[in-house]
Amino acid sequence: MADWEVVIGLEVHAELLTKSKVFCGCSTEFGAEPNSQVCPICMGLPGTLPLLNKRAVELAVKAGLALQCRINQFSVFARKQYFYPDLVKAYQISQDDLPLCSDGYVELLVDDTVRRIGINRVHLEEEAGKSIHAGEDIMSAAYSLLDYNRAGIGLIEIVTEPDIRSPEEARLFLEKLRQLLQYAEVSDCKMEEGSLRCDANISLRPKGSSAFGVKCEIKNLNSFRAVQRALEFEVERQKALLEAGEAVVPETRHWDEAQGMTFSMRSKAEAADYRYFPDPNLYPLEVEPSWVEAIRAELPELPDARRDRFMEEYGLSMYAAEVLTSSRDLADYFEECMEQIKDPKLVSNWVMGEVQRWLKAHGLEAADSPVSPKDLAGLLQLIQANAISNLVAKDVLEEMFATGKSAQTIVDDKGLRQISDDDSLEAMIAEVLEANPGPVADVKAGKTKAIGFLVGQVMKASKGKANPQRVNELIRQKLQD
Amino acid sequence: MQLNEMSIHQLRELLRAGEVSSREILEAVFAKIDAVEGEVGAYLTLCYDEAFAQAQRADEMLAAGETSPLCGIPIAVKDNFSTAGVRTTCASRLLENYIPPYDASAVARLKQVGAVLVGKTNLDEFGLGSSTENSQFHCTRNPWDLSRVPGGSSGGSAAAVAAGEAAAALGTDTGGSIRQPAAFCGIVGLKPTYGLVPRYGVVAAADSMDHIGPMTRDVRDAALVLQAIAGWDPKDPTSARRDIPDYEAALTGNIKGLVVGLPQELMGDALDPEVREAVFGAANLLESLGASVEEISLPHVEYAIATFYIIVSAEISSNLARFDGVRYGYRVAEAEDTVSMFIKTREALGQEAKRRILMGTYFLQAGNYETYYLKALKVRTLIKEDFEKAFQRCHVIISPTTPTAAFAFGHKTRTPVTMYQSDIYTCTANLAGIPALTVPCGYTQEGLPIGLQIMGKPFDEPAVLRVGHAYEQHAGLPLRQPQTEVKTNG
Repeated sequence: MADWEVVIGLEVHAELLTKSKVFCGCSTEFGAEPNSQVCPICMGLPGTLPLLNKRAVELAVKAGLALQCRINQFSVFARKQYFYPDLVKAYQISQDDLPLCSDGYVELLVDDTVRRIGINRVHLEEEAGKSIHAGEDIMSAAYSLLDYNRAGIGLIEIVTEPDIRSPEEARLFLEKLRQLLQYAEVSDCKMEEGSLRCDANISLRPKGSSAFGVKCEIKNLNSFRAVQRALEFEVERQKALLEAGEAVVPETRHWDEAQGMTFSMRSKAEAADYRYFPDPNLYPLEVEPSWVEAIRAELPELPDARRDRFMEEYGLSMYAAEVLTSSRDLADYFEECMEQIKDPKLVSNWVMGEVQRWLKAHGLEAADSPVSPKDLAGLLQLIQANAISNLVAKDVLEEMFATGKSAQTIVDDKGLRQISDDDSLEAMIAEVLEANPGPVADVKAGKTKAIGFLVGQVMKASKGKANPQRVNELIRQKLQD
Repeated sequence: MQLNEMSIHQLRELLRAGEVSSREILEAVFAKIDAVEGEVGAYLTLCYDEAFAQAQRADEMLAAGETSPLCGIPIAVKDNFSTAGVRTTCASRLLENYIPPYDASAVARLKQVGAVLVGKTNLDEFGLGSSTENSQFHCTRNPWDLSRVPGGSSGGSAAAVAAGEAAAALGTDTGGSIRQPAAFCGIVGLKPTYGLVPRYGVVAAADSMDHIGPMTRDVRDAALVLQAIAGWDPKDPTSARRDIPDYEAALTGNIKGLVVGLPQELMGDALDPEVREAVFGAANLLESLGASVEEISLPHVEYAIATFYIIVSAEISSNLARFDGVRYGYRVAEAEDTVSMFIKTREALGQEAKRRILMGTYFLQAGNYETYYLKALKVRTLIKEDFEKAFQRCHVIISPTTPTAAFAFGHKTRTPVTMYQSDIYTCTANLAGIPALTVPCGYTQEGLPIGLQIMGKPFDEPAVLRVGHAYEQHAGLPLRQPQTEVKTNG
């Protein structure tokens, strides 16, 4: 039985973060009343003409730069023609043989090796509207409703080379791509709002073969998990066919999330001929090198570079640096906090641990955190000054997330300040030692493990306020001297 | 002379002197419309109430010192210009009840200076045709001979001006649709340089060939209307950013020393002898006025018709696709599903529209694109270069506007290729994007007007208008009136 190599290429669509649409002035705000953000141009009324949004070009170039592409000085807008109710002009203004950006790559860390996935092209185009079908699905729907708010929103299409070798790698690529586009502030990449969408092409070939096998295109992939699952299903389906000596049919297949299967939608032989031709209303787009450089200057430090810098500058582990740079927000959060507290280990532990935990619990991104990096620094300073213990600090942070109050205020209001004076501590320790003769005997017999238990009892008695280090020292002095 | 027969510049003097009001001019126009429109059929929609409201406003503007020569002038607009609140049909059943929410830029510019919109004129459906017989609503008759076509596709605009149903009109010209009907109806028509007059709001036939221009009684009027509608428009990405000259000032009457090219390829055997004679006569007159006429060659013009129809059909097939019945316009009452709704709705398109869509779809198909469309684009460049070369020697180039005078109804509709070939003299200027003017240059023995075409360098409308004006001033054409005039007077 042959050993199979999986060959995957992705086509990703990402909506651009421009305030207005790509060929008119309408708002791109998500979630507005249907058909409230439209005008004669994005409704494709007869006689209207497209006006290219300069910012959309800049964001597309930015995406190209973040993906290490060549930015083509001249690119051409072409009409992709097909009939569909949500496509107002019966063509989509897109780019065909002369795209804005070509020949880039993304590097991924897969099983500790760096994998480079080629980017064939990044081009600029417009969104279609949205069809909402009444009923279970399009076939049984009695009618469809159309919302054109989305029509004309600027979109980039990113096409990879067939360099991806596993479903997992496809997911990792998408995560990396999202990270890059979010870093560059090109797209918010929210798959649930449809601002990031992905189609996948997949084929199998005998290992060692350089010829491509017959590929299928998979559509309706609504999450990164769905991409991986659908491709995993497809690998098995195609493998079974090939191993049974049957041919894979070149076709477009639909991923059914509930059933966990792909279904045939249409064969490639029926595929539409889009009859691309240059849009006569839009002259070739010229992006001069000086403009590209100005856009490049807008680019932030990209995630890989930032990760490496975090390791070097703050002495963080690869793992910590990866986690902290996974989103630009989080990395910014960390660094702002670092400006107040020069303790990378303390700050990274708290940001990666408790802060992330509460952000997740509240469904927030780091940028929207009610606890600002400065607020967190205030909390960490109290720990550094031994004013509160780690344990208390965790409770304080929870309260900070819930109420928005500063650490100082919460600690003062609740009297949580750590007890560090030996007189108070010794009084508490005396009580605990008296109440726990067994462990005391154990310690005296050299079983130092029991010290931990005794410290814990003192902490409990002090409601977490006792300084655990000092308690530990004092118990040791008392029992071991 | 009746008010409705006067030129814009004549009316301008009367309005400025306070001798007539815009309202009185409009009354004369509507009186004429009442008298002849049943025979001519120039209009698809008349804007009676709106027009009188605009005339009143124009009179107020004039009283307040408005100096635009178009203020208070009744103008007809071809029914492929979007007009806010006034239906815009493109003479198609698909848009029979379509009312745009906005004005085309050219219309907005006319309104702004106080021009009065009389109504929307008939055309070949979506501008596809050369006789206005492809209108899905009714035929327009040539006021000079009601058994003949007015030309097209701006046949309604040409007939309205010729019959005195408007002082001037706006037309669109994709391959001759202003100039050919202007020539057939004995008026002046100007297709300006591509990008000079914004296209925003004009329902596209072929974006790279569509032009907007004036159709008027004389060359001075053409200059006045052009002045009002020319100039950069931020809503049109193909509109040119440049200073606009004073076109009326270009009408000096002096053409001494100008070099006039006469392309041998456009004076060939296909030409009707009477038309040929009229054009040679015009050339002689220009020489007598001090210009020198030189024979020139435009070697690639023989491919112009094929090139033109490939590019135009490709663009049309794309532009007419949006009329799918989903958002506006006609939708078939019943259909099983979305695709059959598209198909059944679009069956309402006329035959010529369907023919162009089929041709254009074919030319853009995978496998045909390189063979036809891409090759046509290359030939288009060669034709442009032919003109550039010629304009190194010549200031303007003259030719017939049409191979024959107005033809009879039904004469060419059965053989589309014959119809297409009648664009031979005009479509080259659309391919090259250069300005081209037609002025009357005589009559056939049957009394039908003949047109002389004057083409110029890109944005050199002043030269084209100057030559046209000088010719017009000295041609001494016998003053003849269209047939409708005789009838209504008699």
